[in-house]
Amino acid sequence: MSASDDRDVLRLSVNGVEQALLVGPYTTLLELLREDLRLTGTKHGCELGECGACTVLVDGVAQLSCLVLPAQLDGAAVTTIEGLAEGSVLHPLQRAFMRSGALQCGYCTPGMILAAKALLDANPAPSREEIRQALAGNLCRCTGYASIIEAVEDVARSAS
Amino acid sequence: MLRLPRFRYLRPQSVAEAADLMAEHGEQAMLVAGGTDLLPKMKRGQMEAEILVGLGHLAELRQLERSDDGGLRIGAGVTLSQIVHDAALARLYPGYVRAAALVSSPALRNAGTIGGNLCVDTRCNFYDQSYEWRMAVGFCMKKDGDICRVAPASKRCRAIASSDTAPAAMALGATVTLVSSAGRREVPVSALYEDDGQFYLAKAADEIIESIQLPAATDWSSSYVKVRRRGSIDFPLAGVAVALKAAGPVIEEGRIVITAVASRPLDVSEAAEPLVGCTLASLLEGQRDELLTGVAASAARPAKPLDNADLHYVWRKQMTRRGVEQAVREAATALLARSA
Amino acid sequence: MNLSPATHDGQALHVVGKPLPRVEAVGKVTGGTLYADDIDLSGLLHCKLLRSHHAHARVLSIDTSSALAVPGVVAVITGQDLPARYGIMPTCEDEVALEHEKVRFVGDPVAAVAAVDEAAALAGCRAIRVEYDPLEAVESIEQALLSPGSEPIHDYAGPANIHRLAALEFGDVEAGFARADHIREDVFFFEGNTHLPMEQHSATAQAANGHVTLWSSTQNPHYVQRILASVLDLPMGHVRVVAAPHGGGFGGKCDPFSHEIVVCKLAMLTGRPVKCTLTREEVFYTHRGRHPVLMWVRTGVDASGRICAMHFRTALDGGAYGSYGPASTLYTGALQTTTYAIPAYRFEGARVFTNKAPCGPKRGHGTPQPRFALEVHLDKIAEEIGLDPVELRRRNYVKPFTRTVNWLRITSCGLEEVTDRVLEASRESRRERRPGHGVGFAVSSYMCGAGLPIYWNKLPHSECVINVGRGGVTLFCGATDIGQGSDSVLATVAAEELGLSPGDIRLVTGDTGLTPVDLGSYSSRVTFMAGNAARMAASRMRELIVAAVAEEEGCAPSEIEVREGKIGRLMFEEAAVLAEERLGTLSSHGSYSPPADIGGRYKGSGVGPSPAYSYSAAVVDLDADHCTGEVHVNKVWLAHDIGRAINELAVRGQVEGGVYMALGEALMEAQVYRDGLHKQPSMLDYKSLTFLEMPEVETILVETVDPEGPYGAKEVGQGPLLPVIPAVVSAVHDALGVWVDEVPVTPEKILKALDARAKGKEGRFGPKSFPDVPYPPLVKVTPPDAAAAAL
Ligand SMILES: Cc1cc2nc3c(=O)[nH]c(=O)nc-3n(C[C@H](O)[C@H](O)[C@H](O)COP(=O)(O)OP(=O)(O)OC[C@H]3O[C@@H](n4cnc5c(N)ncnc54)[C@H](O)[C@@H]3O)c2cc1C
Ligand code: SF4
Ligand code: FES
Ligand code: FES
Repeated sequence: MSASDDRDVLRLSVNGVEQALLVGPYTTLLELLREDLRLTGTKHGCELGECGACTVLVDGVAQLSCLVLPAQLDGAAVTTIEGLAEGSVLHPLQRAFMRSGALQCGYCTPGMILAAKALLDANPAPSREEIRQALAGNLCRCTGYASIIEAVEDVARSAS
Repeated sequence: MLRLPRFRYLRPQSVAEAADLMAEHGEQAMLVAGGTDLLPKMKRGQMEAEILVGLGHLAELRQLERSDDGGLRIGAGVTLSQIVHDAALARLYPGYVRAAALVSSPALRNAGTIGGNLCVDTRCNFYDQSYEWRMAVGFCMKKDGDICRVAPASKRCRAIASSDTAPAAMALGATVTLVSSAGRREVPVSALYEDDGQFYLAKAADEIIESIQLPAATDWSSSYVKVRRRGSIDFPLAGVAVALKAAGPVIEEGRIVITAVASRPLDVSEAAEPLVGCTLASLLEGQRDELLTGVAASAARPAKPLDNADLHYVWRKQMTRRGVEQAVREAATALLARSA
Repeated sequence: MNLSPATHDGQALHVVGKPLPRVEAVGKVTGGTLYADDIDLSGLLHCKLLRSHHAHARVLSIDTSSALAVPGVVAVITGQDLPARYGIMPTCEDEVALEHEKVRFVGDPVAAVAAVDEAAALAGCRAIRVEYDPLEAVESIEQALLSPGSEPIHDYAGPANIHRLAALEFGDVEAGFARADHIREDVFFFEGNTHLPMEQHSATAQAANGHVTLWSSTQNPHYVQRILASVLDLPMGHVRVVAAPHGGGFGGKCDPFSHEIVVCKLAMLTGRPVKCTLTREEVFYTHRGRHPVLMWVRTGVDASGRICAMHFRTALDGGAYGSYGPASTLYTGALQTTTYAIPAYRFEGARVFTNKAPCGPKRGHGTPQPRFALEVHLDKIAEEIGLDPVELRRRNYVKPFTRTVNWLRITSCGLEEVTDRVLEASRESRRERRPGHGVGFAVSSYMCGAGLPIYWNKLPHSECVINVGRGGVTLFCGATDIGQGSDSVLATVAAEELGLSPGDIRLVTGDTGLTPVDLGSYSSRVTFMAGNAARMAASRMRELIVAAVAEEEGCAPSEIEVREGKIGRLMFEEAAVLAEERLGTLSSHGSYSPPADIGGRYKGSGVGPSPAYSYSAAVVDLDADHCTGEVHVNKVWLAHDIGRAINELAVRGQVEGGVYMALGEALMEAQVYRDGLHKQPSMLDYKSLTFLEMPEVETILVETVDPEGPYGAKEVGQGPLLPVIPAVVSAVHDALGVWVDEVPVTPEKILKALDARAKGKEGRFGPKSFPDVPYPPLVKVTPPDAAAAAL
């Protein structure tokens, strides 16, 4: 329910923009992003931590936004899929996903790309096995995963 | 979208303050660290709390330090990912690190803490369901109901101990430091648990796990084998933690802890006694297979899986035996490699 | 990949066949694409459904008064407000949006609440009091058939809960068995499973001036429009259904659903837009997934392994409602003949109702189950008569341009090629031998669109309009991109004809208010049917523009080249303006209806015919552990006769995705019930493969260039799933020497089969017998004679 008195002011940087937000402590980061900030690029498939569709970056680390309480985040920097491109220039992962056919319905794609970004930021030249391990919490029902691995490898290769 | 019920979130500035808040609010309050176990359960109405006392932000719970006896003291707020990515830890306590690495999925391990993991709720597929689903079956003893749906004759809940790191910590002989407004105490990890799916924690509800102490690992190695359907996301259907001690080529001591086959992790170290005196080489070269099979059989004997998890319970029991064999071999391999 | 040279009918192809990114990809990688649940409208209300918690019960009363008192609740409706019955198939209109007389499964919707937010709507639902009188619930095929004397699930199905029966005989089956040298019978069971799209169904409705607009994650806006018009009692023209960008369907979003109807009704009542997004648990109840099917098959072969006769029996567990059930039933018997030339064939099928979530179409609709049974059965025959299983199959393969015993018209057929290619590619692996290592092979075929629509009508199955104005091209088509890539196919086809690139084509698709009809994204029909319609519309547009340019230049139209953004010497934009100056508004259209002679003329002949069939062959390489029963798939090779790949990248994606889904079904996915309840309605407990279980897939595309497909293209969305499941079972047999005749192949089933063998019994796990089904007398159909059989 909308207006009520149990909300706190929360400071958060979302995609590089500092925000002061009024949120209830029981509002998950997923709800905050999708419903309060209308950043609907973050998807949801279970809201229970079981599918990875809601993955975002918090201070550069992949987190399941459906299980994050904004109150735990005060001062953090959140990156969603909307924050990946530099203006109209797509992030290399976004381009590679397009090129490799690493998306079909595209519903797992935002979470998948962000999980891959977290991996590459920490480990710019991962092995195939490391890619599979890093993305193993992100389910995709369309692609069979091979093209996603290809896309991540592609970016890793061109970066090195 | 599944949503959380309303609650107040308190953000103490220290563990001591958190302990005071827990004392003050009593049954209304629950602790939350990473929230990866608690929040899904709150969304499904399995757990209720008017107040959550947050621990995740407390820097004092995120320390990792060497203790005087050569062991390690790890703050309860350290995430599973931090454990997994610590190369020194992996050398000393491979079983514990392996167990942490096998918890759920990478993003979940970035949030989930080792303290929360020790306290992870017991599981049962009559219980880990939405409020509406549980209402449709008429609820059960663990929450909102009065009988056990898996074992209707049972006087207690038979939900399954599901922490991966608990058995690994127990096999290492680890202890935890508990803090409450009444004071501080250190107990073995094994003393945290009760063989009761509903009241599975032996500690008081307001006691906070501050840290876990892993004793020095000199001459020890360890391993953890997890049985589940998929290589990621899934909880254990059976888990086996083994620690072996050998200064030279001969095993001097062994510990075995099995999990997910009862409502608490079971220390079945007596079953490891025949291993004492075996050479690592003979164990690994297949000369002691019969002995190992015997060890595995007696270790798995107390396992009593029921039909409340994935796959068949008979298979889960069989797999516990296999898990013991594999975990012993892995620990022995690590010891042999170290001595070489 | 080795594709044929890029020409068609002697013309070079410029964009067809290229591995281009999907046309809508940018929105999907940036988060800009608005899926159904991303839609927000001013004043939006949120809706929740109250669902039955009984598997079978009479509804005695529903009291909504306290729900209306919940703060934030705006409206509450029950079945009284939406009494009209409906169903996707006119022969079984057995659903209502909200049940107020009787509930038939746990999850059956009984009331709906609209409120200012979801939490209030949920609180409203919980405040509704429903009084039930529980009835005995039916949980299995056997139990349904036993006619326990308790109340039937549907009156129209009678006490044995039989929804649909079929009994057909083509040719003289008894004579066929009489001349067979070897006869074998087997029984199989395929456990049901569900689609599990990543996106949970969502629908938003808005109503004004007697018109309703629905945005929904549907695969079939056209059918939803029809049902809405009838249930809401509105003229068709007052209902607009827009298929929102789609987060995965696989057949699970083909039916008209309660939540879609309910949000429309609530929008009409409240005057405010209303949204309903299902939770994951509700998606499991909404289901319409793969039927559990029991199968019995008897085949006679002669000494050389040629099939003399086959008798196939199926019994489907339909769940609580009809859905596509009559078609599903017939599909379990229709396509056995499109891979093997069976001279005499008898099919008996039955679908029963049970008190479980309704089953319906899932990728391969009704055919993966019999395909699994058939292929494994053939393996067993081969083993018994000492013939190589591939050779046995080859001796029975259908030939291109023939007609099957059940009158299906076969045109292009790459069965031999896909077999050769997949065996060639997997040669090394098949040579390898180590304990527990196994390799399995199977083939299959699938339709490129159903020959008949779901309800009887003679409209084209697909229509396209292309408008060119102010230099831009807009293509309008009712087809819905559910992730399979149909938007890209349409854009590619139009671009090929107009000498443009796919990104130049603006698309308006899946909107019944703006686009001409297309029946929907099911039965692998879009590339073939909408692709042909688009090609016709685009080539007509090309003729218009070329004629104008030729006139201007004073040459013959045939001298004008159309390529790389130019028409003759003019840029496309200039040429388009020129044509518009001369001809006025530039609009062209195209449509597609399947040929009339592709099937037979008997009752039940509507299921099976298709303008073309795709063919697939799979080899699965795995290791199976005889101690634990665990299976590790190492690699899958899949060769697919695609006719022609319109977009190689998209085709490969469909193959890999199909193999993925098949492995899930073969090894772990199952929709299981316990005490009338779905046992595992969550993504954690319903097991689907992660990155770590998915093996390498080697895709081999074979292009047979179908005479009627657009540029020769055929389907790929469903076919490649089919052979993988039996190939897994066959590989497990190869590895351990036991048969698991029940899918999914779980560790415990493997161990039970090994255990049986160790005890000196048959090394097998599977159903022991097939139940007594009261099949009706056989409808005897004369097969095509020799002249008709060779096209
Ligand atoms: C999809 C999914 C899969 C999972 N798979 C696994 C798995 O395979 N293996 C596994 O072990 N776990 C698994 N988990 C459970 C959970 O994510 C982990 O156990 C995690 O480590 C819990 O840590 P947390 O910090 O998030 O705990 P929280 O959710 O914050 O807390 C869990 C419990 O511990 C209590 N608690 C937390 N910290 C303390 C403390 N310092 N002192 C006292 N009490 C405390 C809380 O009050 C609560 O009761 C899974 C969870 C999900 C959603
Ligand atoms: S074991 Fe019994 S009491 Fe415990 S959660 Fe399961 S059904 Fe409920
Ligand atoms: S929505 Fe967060 S993991 Fe599924
Ligand atoms: S692309 Fe559809 S779920 Fe991944």
